[in-house]
Amino acid sequence: MNKTFDFTIVDHIMNELGCKPSAIIAILQGIQEHYRYLPREVFPYLSKKIGISEARIYSTATFYENFSLKPKGKFVIKICDGTACHVRKSIPILERLRKDLGLSENKITTDDLGFTVETVSCLGACGLAPVITVNDKVYPAMTPEKTSELLRDLKEEL
Amino acid sequence: MLKTREDLQKIRSKYASSLKAQTTKILVCAGTGCVSSGAFEIYNRLTELMQERDIPSSVELADEPHDETVGMKKSGCHGFCEMGPLLRIDPQGWLYTKVQLSDCEEIIEKTIRNGEHIKRLAYQKGNAVCKKQDEIPFYKKQTRLVLDHCGHIDATSIKEYFANDGYTALEKALFDMTADEIINEITEANLRGRGGGGFPAGRKWAQVNRQKQAQKYVVCNGDEGDPGAFMDRSIMEGDPHRMLEGMMIAGLACGASEGYIYVRAEYPMAVSRLKMAIEQATEHGLLGNNILGTGFSFHIHINRGAGAFVCGEGSALTASIEGKRGMPRVKPPRTVEQGLFDKPTVLNNVETYANVPLIILNSAKWYKTIGPENSPGTKAFALTGNIENTGLIEVPMGTTLKEVIFDVGGGMRDGKEFKAVQIGGPSGGCLTKEHLDLPLDFDSLKKAGAMIGSGGLVVMDENTCMVEVARFFMNFTQNESCGKCVPCREGTKRMLAILERIVEGKGEAGDIDLLLELADTISATALCGLGKSAAYPVVSTIKHFREEYEVHIFDKHCPTGNCQKLKMITIDPALCKGCTKCTKSCPVNAISGKVKEPFTIDQTKCIKCGACITACPFNAIKE
Repeated sequence: MNKTFDFTIVDHIMNELGCKPSAIIAILQGIQEHYRYLPREVFPYLSKKIGISEARIYSTATFYENFSLKPKGKFVIKICDGTACHVRKSIPILERLRKDLGLSENKITTDDLGFTVETVSCLGACGLAPVITVNDKVYPAMTPEKTSELLRDLKEEL
Repeated sequence: MLKTREDLQKIRSKYASSLKAQTTKILVCAGTGCVSSGAFEIYNRLTELMQERDIPSSVELADEPHDETVGMKKSGCHGFCEMGPLLRIDPQGWLYTKVQLSDCEEIIEKTIRNGEHIKRLAYQKGNAVCKKQDEIPFYKKQTRLVLDHCGHIDATSIKEYFANDGYTALEKALFDMTADEIINEITEANLRGRGGGGFPAGRKWAQVNRQKQAQKYVVCNGDEGDPGAFMDRSIMEGDPHRMLEGMMIAGLACGASEGYIYVRAEYPMAVSRLKMAIEQATEHGLLGNNILGTGFSFHIHINRGAGAFVCGEGSALTASIEGKRGMPRVKPPRTVEQGLFDKPTVLNNVETYANVPLIILNSAKWYKTIGPENSPGTKAFALTGNIENTGLIEVPMGTTLKEVIFDVGGGMRDGKEFKAVQIGGPSGGCLTKEHLDLPLDFDSLKKAGAMIGSGGLVVMDENTCMVEVARFFMNFTQNESCGKCVPCREGTKRMLAILERIVEGKGEAGDIDLLLELADTISATALCGLGKSAAYPVVSTIKHFREEYEVHIFDKHCPTGNCQKLKMITIDPALCKGCTKCTKSCPVNAISGKVKEPFTIDQTKCIKCGACITACPFNAIKE
């Protein structure tokens, strides 16, 4: 285990949300928002502080799709593949993103930790299908071409 | 801080008169859809322009009603997301569509200063120009009760909610009604749960009310996970106070002092609007201890989901609030007896709570005048897919499918033919042409083998492959199965495998029967609603489109050309000049022939990549 891990952020999050078992999902969300993933060091730490087993925290973290045990990219791109987006051709957008970034179904984050590409079931913006989000900002009525353009802009911000 | 009933009445009339003092109101739609198309930039630009030009304007309702100003407001979703960013001008009731930053100056000069209408920005259909929002066919046939405020008042301000009779229902419930009277009113109104099941809310409340424990909970299910549904999101974003008011009344009726709202992680804006609304209500003393001096205390907490569809199921949702894996449990005990933290819990969805203040305020008798007797009230639907007007709509229960699709929805997109509509998401079924006259209400739909679900309506045209749609939903359910019970975990996997085989052209005789048999077993034995209904889309597509399955299985052909693997690429011998360009482009050497004579494609080798189609200079190769 990395002894130098700084738990200040984690402590701060726990102080805010309360050190109780029912807050575990919110605490994990807070940690993930800061680090963009759940560093393995936090599990034993949380277990000790909250007083529940490491296995229980791990089981919660792995159950929910939003949690990631691996570092994610600076830009997390989510392609909506809900029914409305699906029938309005969201898959070609996903394919374009994967092609442009050299990613696949199994490799979702670029090696430089710049981009992560995921699909999501529905973002609830069906009137604007197909949509993608970049770090929660919604981009409506996308096409593969517009997506490539967007990627070029984002790469400059890296 | 409001301490008494009179305080609340005073503040309402104060803000109502400030609202009246605003000569013109500009409502910029601040729903997720319009925001993503740049609504906030437009809002800021308009505010800036008015300051520059010394037009008195206010972004908040004034505490002291003063002279004529222009009110700038961020409204909830109008539901017509496709035409966004939308801008409504009141009192004229004009709706401007697809507003751009460059239009702002003209809006200020013409509309605000001179009261002129800008035709270019109005909704136009053919030659008809719809000046007013109510004139647009999309709105004409709707009855907006629950969504009444959405698009018409500022969604971010409690003052505005006060000015529009906000918290009057809570006041009535607190001071003029007993818990039993509240429950009787809701029961009498026959308000049925809008989350899908249609269970009478009044009965649920009565059951919780009867429980002897001191600690009870009110939980709001805002985990709207059905793909293609966004009614609850729009209510949470567009009229958060109404939903909070409904929850408070539920708390009062059932004797609960704590409320929880569980919101999907994918709805960040709903979370922030709700947080803001809770803060505002707390500041005004409408949430907290001893509300308005009545001794009633109520607190509301927000829990964000973390991306698990199954958490929309009651017992999974409460498990998730408790910080556990969101897995359903065996019932009984039911949620009303042992729900959140094992205490009696009222669990309703967003739209159900939003209906409550309306019923308390206008009486059950009034409520029952809308819609059919067994499902009174209205229902919000999210209309999406291959339809002309996509968006959020609200119609009386019992409105026929035809009216929804052709009158409100404006018919099919690009003049295509209507094929089916998927209702109720991955737990629902599909309705076809023969159901066009079917009234949309809980019981009629159940009889037709579908369900209202949360209210997603995905419209599909003749080019949609129903086998692929069934596969899509099964893939969704399979991904979201929590894995606790075997029928759902394994059964959906097997069904998905069969469906994948069929769309890949490897279907076998007997597959349809096998699918139906599996569906039967899963529905009968799965633990929770997600599992029990997992097979519905498959069963209903088989029922209505069996032929399409058979063509896939026996002829290895997809009539709509959607299934990639079943595509057949052929060379037209009349057009082929034998130039050999296609042979060179083919990555698997599937094309052969003699130079200057028509070539042929070996279908067993062909991978349908389409490279030859682009390579052919004579357009002789076609799918």
